[in-house]
Amino acid sequence: MAKTKFSKETYLMWYEQMLLMRKFEERAGQLYIQQKIRGFCHLYIGQEAIAAGAMSTIKADDNIITAYRDHVHPFIKGVEPKYVMAELYGKFTGVSKGKGGSMHMFSQPHRVFGGHGIVGGQIPLGAGIAFAEKYKGTNNVTLCYMGDGAVRQGALHEAFNMAMLWKLPVVFIIENNNYAMGTSVERTSNVVELYTLGESYDMPAAPVDAMSVEAVHDAMEIAVAHCRDGKGPYLLEMKTYRYRGHSMSDPAKYRTKEEVEEYKSQDPIQRVLTTLLEKKYATEAQIETINDKVNLIVDESVTFSEESPFPDASELYKDVYAQEDYPFIRE
Amino acid sequence: MRTIQFREALREALSEEMRRDPNVFLMGEEVAEYNGAYKVSHGMLDEFGDKRVIDTPIAELGFAGIGVGAAMNGLRPVIEFMTFNFSLVAIDQVINSAAKMLSMSGGQYKIPMVFRGPTASAGQLGAQHSQAFENWYANTPGLKVIVPSNPYDAKGLLKAAIRDDDPVIFMESEQMYGDKGEVPDGEYLLPIGVADVKRKGTHVTIVSFGKIMKACFAAADELAKEGIEAEIVDLRTVRPIDYATVIESVKKTNRLVVVEEAWPLASISTEITYMVQKNAFDYLDAPIRRITTADVPLAYAPTLVEEFMPNAAKIIKVVKEVMYK
Repeated sequence: MAKTKFSKETYLMWYEQMLLMRKFEERAGQLYIQQKIRGFCHLYIGQEAIAAGAMSTIKADDNIITAYRDHVHPFIKGVEPKYVMAELYGKFTGVSKGKGGSMHMFSQPHRVFGGHGIVGGQIPLGAGIAFAEKYKGTNNVTLCYMGDGAVRQGALHEAFNMAMLWKLPVVFIIENNNYAMGTSVERTSNVVELYTLGESYDMPAAPVDAMSVEAVHDAMEIAVAHCRDGKGPYLLEMKTYRYRGHSMSDPAKYRTKEEVEEYKSQDPIQRVLTTLLEKKYATEAQIETINDKVNLIVDESVTFSEESPFPDASELYKDVYAQEDYPFIRE
Repeated sequence: MRTIQFREALREALSEEMRRDPNVFLMGEEVAEYNGAYKVSHGMLDEFGDKRVIDTPIAELGFAGIGVGAAMNGLRPVIEFMTFNFSLVAIDQVINSAAKMLSMSGGQYKIPMVFRGPTASAGQLGAQHSQAFENWYANTPGLKVIVPSNPYDAKGLLKAAIRDDDPVIFMESEQMYGDKGEVPDGEYLLPIGVADVKRKGTHVTIVSFGKIMKACFAAADELAKEGIEAEIVDLRTVRPIDYATVIESVKKTNRLVVVEEAWPLASISTEITYMVQKNAFDYLDAPIRRITTADVPLAYAPTLVEEFMPNAAKIIKVVKEVMYK
């Protein structure tokens, strides 16, 4: 049933966006191996339905914040991929002027409040962003993403408690890919159904099959409407899977090849592609056109990044303080 | 001029700024219905309502982070820690979020907020309620750290802190809230990062800040009776530090004693000493000396508190030593 209620245009948008995320991250992985991208690098491959399913439920004034697996979240709010790629390169044209890197993608015009590198640290921040919206009397919603590892941090519980106490308009979204780096969810707590963590605070919550973009959309639509109506926060546990290791340096020996293949057989992009073809929403030729378009966007993002300059050394002392003439200690 | 308590000066600063800017709010434990653990916010709930004077659960990490998030999204939070000793469970949000946000976002997200509350010891409170954190926070680029020593400075500097577009750590003392001092009617601001020569003198410079300034004044009064005129420089801000005022004073007196209620290693006194030897080496007639707390956790017994703390007698002794008297 759910699969029939979405339009052809929605499916085409989902396909294109998820493919873009996939191809962007695959290229990022290659560029990392070529040492064009340095530092830590956490890829989103396999989890695309979570980001794509949100795109069809939010508006321009809504806010998003996430952790360090953050390359594609800016796309949700309309950031062009080339500015994210340039950030991965450390170039001055990047979303954070090359000062953030892989884990710190920010875009204030798009209300992207960052990638954050301390596990769970973004959860109170997301509640605070939502606090400001309520304080100002808007009906804007904040999407606050986190991994399954983050739910074991105290910050989550403090933020959940106050978000419920003050009815803050924030959707907490757990991207449960089943591994906190190399530690499975089962090894971190007796409570393995993560959406039930909301129950301690009377927070409405639901589990979601996040290998299905339709299921993500449906759950997000309910949660976002709940927040927009001033009813307080909502918790969604997106049950997903990452095909790659935790970061580029992780060979992922803590799980079996069979497990990875099992999830790949449910691939969210493949599922949308199958729907498009079965329902004759698109021909093979039209799909090829989308594929070419996506590849071109990724190619152009690399070209843009290659041709962009690194920040000048004179940037070192800039953007540390809002005060323009802060007297830094130079020796 | 009228005389008011330190806590009243802080309350005036908060209230005036909240009247001026609807985006300023106060959040913390017991700030609203209880009227403040140390009565700084007494009466503010009545004036501003519970939208802007907000009691929190005991969850410093959570409400510090909520404050930073609110600052990212256009508000100007004042987050009260009942003591900075409790800020340790929130320090991830202060350092990793507030201090670094503008930099790691490439200049996009300012954090115009204040974290305030008492720092350091206040009598026999035991080890976990007695630590000074000025140098901890002063170490971190992105933050500004203010430590006023009297009601006049506290009011002018807190107002400046609330209007500042950078995150400010504003440190008070349980042992100052009842102190009285002259504060003019009406509004004034004091600049962040400017030291104040609180007492003129020619023989020796004493540099200090915050509550322990009181011991410096007591020592200077005693020294004056013996003909030693100490010049007392109140840093007022320990990030940034007004080195120029310190160096200018030392070039005049040729002697420096730094007094600080903090553990000695990597303290503010360490930093002052480095900068003075670098910039005024040829002016020094004696080694730079300092008086810090003892290099141990503060114990409970009164004898051990007395032994631990800087005080006038210790300052007098060291001043005489640098005077070779």
